[in-house]
Amino acid sequence: MRHIISILIENEAGALSRVAGLFSARGYNIESLTVAPTEDASLSRITIVTMGSDDVVEQITKQLNKLIDVVKVVDLSEAAHIERELMLVKVRAMGPDRDEMKRLADIFRGRVIDVTDKTYVIELTGDGAKLDSFLESIDRALILETVRTGVSGIGRGERILKV
Amino acid sequence: MQLTGAEILVRCLQEEKVEHVFGYPGGSVLYIYDELFKQDKFKPVLVRHEQAAVHAADAYSRSSSKIGVCMVTSGPGVTNAVTGIATAYMDSVPMVIISGQVPTAYIGQDAFQECDTVGITRPCVKHNFLVKDVKDLALTIKKAFYLAKTGRPGPVLIDVPKDITTHKCEYHYPKTVSLRSYNPVVKGHSGQIKKAAQLLLSAQRPVIYAGGGVILSDASEALTKLARALNFPVTNTLMGLGGYPATDAQNLGMLGMHGTYEANMAMQHCDVLIAVGSRFDDRVIGNPAHFGSVPRKIIHIDIDPSSISKRVKVDVPIVGGVPEVLTELMKQLDAINETPDVKALADWWKQIEAWRGKKSLKYKQGKDVIMPQYVVEKLYEVTKGDAFVTSDVGQHQMWAAQYYKFDKPRRWINSGGLGTMGVGLPYAMGVRFANPKATVACVTGEASIQMCIQELSTAKQFRLPIKIINLNNRYLGMVRQWQEMFHGNRHAESYVDALPDFVKLAEAYGHVGMQITKPADVEGALKEAFTTHKNELVFLDFLTDQTANVYPMVAAGKGLSEMILAEDL
Repeated sequence: MRHIISILIENEAGALSRVAGLFSARGYNIESLTVAPTEDASLSRITIVTMGSDDVVEQITKQLNKLIDVVKVVDLSEAAHIERELMLVKVRAMGPDRDEMKRLADIFRGRVIDVTDKTYVIELTGDGAKLDSFLESIDRALILETVRTGVSGIGRGERILKV
Repeated sequence: MQLTGAEILVRCLQEEKVEHVFGYPGGSVLYIYDELFKQDKFKPVLVRHEQAAVHAADAYSRSSSKIGVCMVTSGPGVTNAVTGIATAYMDSVPMVIISGQVPTAYIGQDAFQECDTVGITRPCVKHNFLVKDVKDLALTIKKAFYLAKTGRPGPVLIDVPKDITTHKCEYHYPKTVSLRSYNPVVKGHSGQIKKAAQLLLSAQRPVIYAGGGVILSDASEALTKLARALNFPVTNTLMGLGGYPATDAQNLGMLGMHGTYEANMAMQHCDVLIAVGSRFDDRVIGNPAHFGSVPRKIIHIDIDPSSISKRVKVDVPIVGGVPEVLTELMKQLDAINETPDVKALADWWKQIEAWRGKKSLKYKQGKDVIMPQYVVEKLYEVTKGDAFVTSDVGQHQMWAAQYYKFDKPRRWINSGGLGTMGVGLPYAMGVRFANPKATVACVTGEASIQMCIQELSTAKQFRLPIKIINLNNRYLGMVRQWQEMFHGNRHAESYVDALPDFVKLAEAYGHVGMQITKPADVEGALKEAFTTHKNELVFLDFLTDQTANVYPMVAAGKGLSEMILAEDL
C-alpha cells in the first residue's frame, strides 16, 4: 500500500543522507522525497512517499525514529490528510497548439508562468493523479520538459506535526 | 582559558574517565597524539593495525560496563577501522571512535589520506559527527559518550579535521546533555507489563529466551531472580551466554542453529515465550514460517522498538530497558499473588528432561586424535569456569559456546552479529585491559587467528598473558562443514595449505609456543600454560580432528525442531 510519511528532522549537514541511506540499506522503496526547512530554521521537514505492506511501513517508521537526528515521524496516510505536488511543464506552443495549451492549463487550474514565441511553461499543483492526467491529456510530442517536486502532505484539521 | 582542539579532546576524554585509548597515529591525528603524550591520566595503546584497535576497544566495553575508546587517522586509518565498527554495531556495543580528518579547507579536494569518513561509516554506527568548529568539539564528545551508552547502545564516531585540533577556544565540558530528538524509553509500559505477568502465570509450557540485551544492560541478576521465582526454563542466545548461569538446572543451554536439542525443542513447543533482550535472529529461530506455524503467545522486552515484531509478530511488546522492565514485572507478579500451574509446569519439565536425555552435545574422544570439543571442556575445567573467553568465528566459536559453561555475564566475548573472523586476539587484549587481573583465553582456529596475528606484537609490548587455544584442523572448518552438507563435499578453497609453524611464530614474537597432538597431553598442556606460564602469552596449537563437525545443527531455512544430531549420522 502507498504511504506518505512526514518527518521532522534536525536541519544538520548529512541528515537527509541518513534518511535516504536507511531506505536503500534496508531495501525500502522511495516513490518521492521532498525536503525543505520549516518555519523553525533548526528543523527540516521531509515527506516520503513509499510503498509497502503494513509490516514494512511499521518497520520504516520505527527505523526512522531510531535515527538520532529524527525528531518526529508521522504516517500521514493513516488519517485524513491533504497531499499536493507542484509540476512545471515546458511545452511547445506554436500555431493552433498555443491556444489549446492555454485552454488545457485553464481546465486543470494551471498557470502559464513563462512565455516565448515558441514555448510555454505551465505551473500546476494537485495530487499526483491530477498531474498525471494533465500530462496524458496533452500531445506527448509537445512536452519538452517536466519537473515535479514530489508529494508534500499535511494532516487535516487539528492533526499537527510540530515539536 | 583558551585551549587547542587537541587539548580539549584530551581533557574531555579525561572527564569521561577513559583509561585507555586504543589506536594508531597518523598525519591528521598528530596534534592529538602529541597531547596524549604530554599527559599521564590515561594511556594510549598502540596496536599494529587499526582493525585491532577497534576490536580491542569493543571487547573493553563488552567485558566491563565501561566505554571503549579508539583513535585512528584519516583515510586508510578509517577504512581499516570499518570492520571493527560494523562488528560492534551489529552487537550493539557502546564505543567511541575518534578519527582524524584532513583539514577543513581540504575536505572534498581528494587530499592525501582523505576519505568520506562520515559517509563510509554512516550505515554501521549508531551516530556520527563531523566537527567543523572547535567550539562544538567538547559538546560533540559529550553527546558521543551519551549516545553510545544509552538506549540501544552502539558505536559513535567523531571525525575531527586536523585544523580543528590546532584552533583555540574557551574550554567547557558540559556535565549533562540532552537531545530533543533522542529520548529512549527505559521504563516499560505498566499496562503491558501487567498483561505479561498474567500471561506468564497462565503458561503451561513457558520458555524464557534471553539474548545479548541482558548482558549489555547488566540485567543478569534480575533475569535470574525472575526465572527462579517462576521455575521457568531459560535458554540463552549466542550473545546472551552468561546472562543466566549455564550450570543452573533451569538452563537449557544455547538455542539456535547450533543450539542444544532441549533448547530448540522447548522453543518450538512452548505455549508462552518471553523474549528478553533478544531479536529472533535468523540463526536463532531458523525459518520464521516454520517457527510461526505453532501457536504460542510471545512477550518481547527490548529497548529498541524496531527489534519488536521485525521478524516475528509478538503479542505483548514491551519497549524498555531489560532490568527496569524485569524488576517491574517481578513486582507485578508479586502483586497478583498467584502461582503458575504447578502440575503443567512439572509435566513440561518432564518433557524437557526427556529431550535433555538425548545428550545432544555428546561426542567421542578416542586415544589418537584430539577432538576440539574435548579441548574446550578441558579448558573449562583447568580455568575452573572462571576465565574470560574470546573467540573468533567458525566451528571453534560454536564449540566454545557449547562446551564452556558461562555462569557470569560479560565473560563470553565474540562477534555474533557480523561474524567477524580475526576478532579473537584483539578481543582478548581489550578484555585484559578492562580486567587487568583476569584469566583470558582466546579460542580460535588456524584460519581466524591469522587475520589479526600481527597483534602478537601488541600483546608482547603490553605484557598481556593471553592464552591462545588454537583448534587447528587445517581447514576453514565451518566452510568445509557446509561444503560437505550442501555442496557435494567439494572443498572449494577451504583447505589451508602452507600454514606457519605456530610455535616458532609465537616464539618469534617473544611468546611461548606449544604444539599438542595427543589427547593425553591436552590437560597437561593447558595446566602448564595457565600455571607455569601464568604471566606469559602462550600459543597452544592443538592439532585436532579434521573431520569434526558442529552438532546439533539446524540447516539454513529449516525449522528449529528439524535438527541434525550427531547421533543421526
